[in-house]
Amino acid sequence: MILLDKVSRSFTVGDQQVTALRDIDLNIAAGDYVSIMGPSGSGKSTLLNLIGLLDRPSSGTYKLDGGNVTDLSDEQQAKVRSEKVGFVFQSFHLVPRLTAAMNIELPLILAGITPDRRKARVQQLLEDYGLTDRAGHKPDQLSGGQRQRVAIARATGMHPAVLLADEPTGNLDQATGREVMNLLEQLVAQHVALIVVTHDPVIGSRASRQIHMVDGRIISENKAPADASDSTTDTR
Amino acid sequence: MKLIDVMRFSSGSLLGSSARTLLMMLAMSIGVAAVVVLTGLGEGARRYVVNQFSSLGTNLVIVLPGRTETAGIGPGMLLGQIPRELTLDDAQALLRSTAIGRVAPLTIGSSQISQGALNRDVVILGSTGDLLEVRHMSLGQGQFLPTGDMNSSESVCVLGAKIRRELFGQERAIGAWVRLGDRRFRVIGVLASQGESMGFNTDEIVIVPVASAHLLFNTSGLFRILVEAKSRDAIAQAQRDAEQILLRRHNGERDVTVITQDAVLATFDRILTALTLAVGGIAAISLAVAGILIMNVMLIAVSQRIREIGLLKALGATAAQIRNLFFAEAILLSGIGSVVGLILGEAGVLAIGKIYPSLPVVAPWWAVLAALGTAMGTGIMFSVWPARRAARLDPVMALSRS
Repeated sequence: MILLDKVSRSFTVGDQQVTALRDIDLNIAAGDYVSIMGPSGSGKSTLLNLIGLLDRPSSGTYKLDGGNVTDLSDEQQAKVRSEKVGFVFQSFHLVPRLTAAMNIELPLILAGITPDRRKARVQQLLEDYGLTDRAGHKPDQLSGGQRQRVAIARATGMHPAVLLADEPTGNLDQATGREVMNLLEQLVAQHVALIVVTHDPVIGSRASRQIHMVDGRIISENKAPADASDSTTDTR
Repeated sequence: MKLIDVMRFSSGSLLGSSARTLLMMLAMSIGVAAVVVLTGLGEGARRYVVNQFSSLGTNLVIVLPGRTETAGIGPGMLLGQIPRELTLDDAQALLRSTAIGRVAPLTIGSSQISQGALNRDVVILGSTGDLLEVRHMSLGQGQFLPTGDMNSSESVCVLGAKIRRELFGQERAIGAWVRLGDRRFRVIGVLASQGESMGFNTDEIVIVPVASAHLLFNTSGLFRILVEAKSRDAIAQAQRDAEQILLRRHNGERDVTVITQDAVLATFDRILTALTLAVGGIAAISLAVAGILIMNVMLIAVSQRIREIGLLKALGATAAQIRNLFFAEAILLSGIGSVVGLILGEAGVLAIGKIYPSLPVVAPWWAVLAALGTAMGTGIMFSVWPARRAARLDPVMALSRS
């Protein structure tokens, strides 16, 4: 599904070469639940952006869903993003002037889906995420948990193969955070590859695959037992 | 992404910051309104002059005695001679040209008119029956001067509307006798009230046969010969013929000036059209200023909405789609702004028309089109840069901007 082969990414900052990722090899299958943990500056977010095609590797190859996406043009990247990748952000990134329903509709509009099909899909998503009675509300009229639910509904609107979450619980209290994680984890059962970047070891330990990064390298990967996420939920 | 969705999204973001949108539209509409009103005024002035000229008659060729040219000091001047005067025979001779339809000799003078105990000074025009047609006058009552022999000095006259009112009041003027200088004339007609045109008020004149005027003023010369060419195309031929005929009659001396009304009119037309263009051009500068304003505000909008742009990219928007969204905003802004400006401008033109009814103020269609085109053009042109800047944003950077 996701296949990274010796992927490196370096930036030029001033006259210095900063390497954010070094020789990353990673293989993630559909339905995998992966958490990426590590200190700030370890390259977690860069890896996530790279997988989400918001960035390009400096070297190495990246295959997504069988196709080589290493050297796609901006346009092609955008198309793949639109069809296969969903993003969930720490700060939700909802468009403030649009209602919850319109925020959810946004990727469908960009993909050029016809209005009646769009409407049906948005209705379905609002129902799935318990937002039907919040459909007409603007983001500033929603609670943090509701906002993140809108964001998840938006990310899943196009049935993505990969869902990338960057600190999805970072701006939420514990109870709401758990609720949001449960929603994300439900997608794993639908064969979506879920990748969560987090600082929080509690959140990270819910994943079946836990990757630790330091200085742009993957230093370890723990494969938790399949029921690990359920047990952590119970113990908290 | 469908056009309607682009428009919906863009109008949403315009409505999202309504004060900014309103100000930009205001700038646009003031620009368009200025072009419409100013060109309307210029065009009004042009039409006013053209109307004034055509009210003097159509296809006119005018023969004046004397010649305006720089020729040093001729022997005639040293001897105190004046140029040979135009005579009735000259006027008669012009009719030989096939290009000339009608001829109205004109002599002018002033005298006292009296009727009963009332008397006043009037301008007396000596001419023939053809003057009515040539000079586009209209008759209120009775009949005009008899046509036919130019040399017959009948004692009849036609009064201007105001003269009739002053001398006769409510009484019947037709058939009455008035005294002009030392001669008596019978009133046979009254001109319709036409008001002033080109500084000449036909309401305050008295028209008598040209031969009678010559007797009255004891002259034989003519002030002008008004010549009507048979058609617009014949004007040039009529002018050449008139020059040739008079050259022969005056023993080969070029001592008359023949001008065409068309040439004078064309000059005025050119001057006033240039004026309209100049004024319109100045107004168009305000449109360019509005365009720069739009660019400025769009650039601010791009940096204000940097996170939104990053998000759209993350959601799968292509660079082209983002560019189109910003373009659509510019088009909507300048489109609605121009329409509002057009309405304001036309309202202004209408208001000016109401205040100065004699000025035919109409914004010419080309100016309206040019104003709309310039408005849309500048709006779109000046949004190219902001739109490209938005489209080129690095999504990772844009998303991480707080």
